[in-house]
Amino acid sequence: MSDNNILEIKNVSKIFHTPDKDVEAIKKVDLTVKEGEFISIIGASGCGKTTLLRLIAGLEKNYGGDILLDGKRVEKAGLDRGVIFQDHRLLPWLTVEDNLTLGLDGSKEELRELVNTYLKKVDLENFEKVYPGQLSGGMAQRVSIARALMRHPRILLLDEPLGALDALTKMNMQTEIGKIWEEEKTTMIMVTHDIDEAIFLGDKVVVMRPRPAEVDQVIEIEIPRPRLRSGEDFAYYRNLIINYFNHSILDYVI
Amino acid sequence: MATKEKTGIVEKILRCGIISWIIFFTLWAFAAFNYDEIFLPSPIETWKALVKVISDGTLGADIIASLGRIGKGWGLAILTAIPIGLLTGHFKCVRWLVEPLLNLLRFIPAIALTSMFLIWFGVDDKSKVALILYAAFFPILVNTIAGVVTTDKSLVEAASCMGAGRIRVFFTVIVPSSVPNIFTGVRLGLSSSIICVIAAEMLVGGDGLGYLIQSSRMYYKTSWAFAGIITLALIGFIADRLLSFVGKKLLKHFGVK
Repeated sequence: MSDNNILEIKNVSKIFHTPDKDVEAIKKVDLTVKEGEFISIIGASGCGKTTLLRLIAGLEKNYGGDILLDGKRVEKAGLDRGVIFQDHRLLPWLTVEDNLTLGLDGSKEELRELVNTYLKKVDLENFEKVYPGQLSGGMAQRVSIARALMRHPRILLLDEPLGALDALTKMNMQTEIGKIWEEEKTTMIMVTHDIDEAIFLGDKVVVMRPRPAEVDQVIEIEIPRPRLRSGEDFAYYRNLIINYFNHSILDYVI
Repeated sequence: MATKEKTGIVEKILRCGIISWIIFFTLWAFAAFNYDEIFLPSPIETWKALVKVISDGTLGADIIASLGRIGKGWGLAILTAIPIGLLTGHFKCVRWLVEPLLNLLRFIPAIALTSMFLIWFGVDDKSKVALILYAAFFPILVNTIAGVVTTDKSLVEAASCMGAGRIRVFFTVIVPSSVPNIFTGVRLGLSSSIICVIAAEMLVGGDGLGYLIQSSRMYYKTSWAFAGIITLALIGFIADRLLSFVGKKLLKHFGVK
């Protein structure tokens, strides 16, 4: 692992202004991500982890502090960051192929080849002429992963990407995302509320404290890959995080 | 099993609506029995009139005249209302300009403007087409605006994350996602057009189904007027079915149901 930092989040805060009051969603978050790392961000629902991801993506504006991608402050969305949302967000009126190439430049042949390459990567060969409505939830999400990867982002941001899938599909997709990460060597930041998922994929698990969001701790996951969910070391990290959440919830209640 | 099959047939008959029609025609026939043809023609007299106007070519010519006007007026409404609606929905500054006018003007029925349109556009086809254009314009415009305004923001967000610029987002996300609403507007616009063309022809005269109904009534050929009215109902029904069929076939992926 190289030492160069691809993303630096420094003292970031975000306040949402609503008509009746200001809501502080994020308060003083610091985080450094190295090139090629897989970071899992975990926290209770509504803890502001998605807001943090959206800030990195450039989908939320006017934040305090700095989010530096390759040293440049993030101000708006850009092709250097790919985003995978919880829902696949494919355009229902376009075929898989047209969804994948939306906004891309290049000759027809080039684009077709690109589409084939990436559909193969997500195990969806020969699906280019199909409409999203004809795909299952897992397949559609795989298309959206291909769509993000095709743009060769510096960082791939995953916002609870498997939250809407059933348990079995979810496990398969976790394995696939892991495989893709190893092949593409893209830096990935994934927000999730699934502890197993966070451990299975992450080099580091960032645990966030809610309202307003703060980084509570960063846990380095030192389990060799490919990882087994049934391993002893896996159970160790799982207990560590579960215990943390149990205590923090108690603190919160008391 | 046998009873099950029986209820199936009964249900089928009930469902296809034929019972309603039998009741309707029976009541009509009974009511007409007591009156003169001029006051209320019976179903059989109406049928005879229908055969007469079809065979002597009157009906065909009037249908073509009315449909031609609908085609022109409704077509022009589609061509103007959709682009204006898209711009109004998309750009706030255009909306501020258009909406105040729209919210008042759309409540003025086309029929109220007939005499003015006659003065402005003359007694020929132009005034009728203009009236249809006016009547079909607002339903299409209002629905197109609604379509643009209710575009799923998450799709816009996703497309811009994938590198689509503002113009591309407009044409690949906002316009297609408005298609179901636009289509509803176009359908409503068609029914407004049909209502309007008849009113215009009745008031202005010349030819067309509205004129057929009006003139037959004036010459005490009530059965002819009935033939015209029935034709009108059939045209509206067929046009709407055809449009919804075409919509389902061609615009399925846009979510038209």
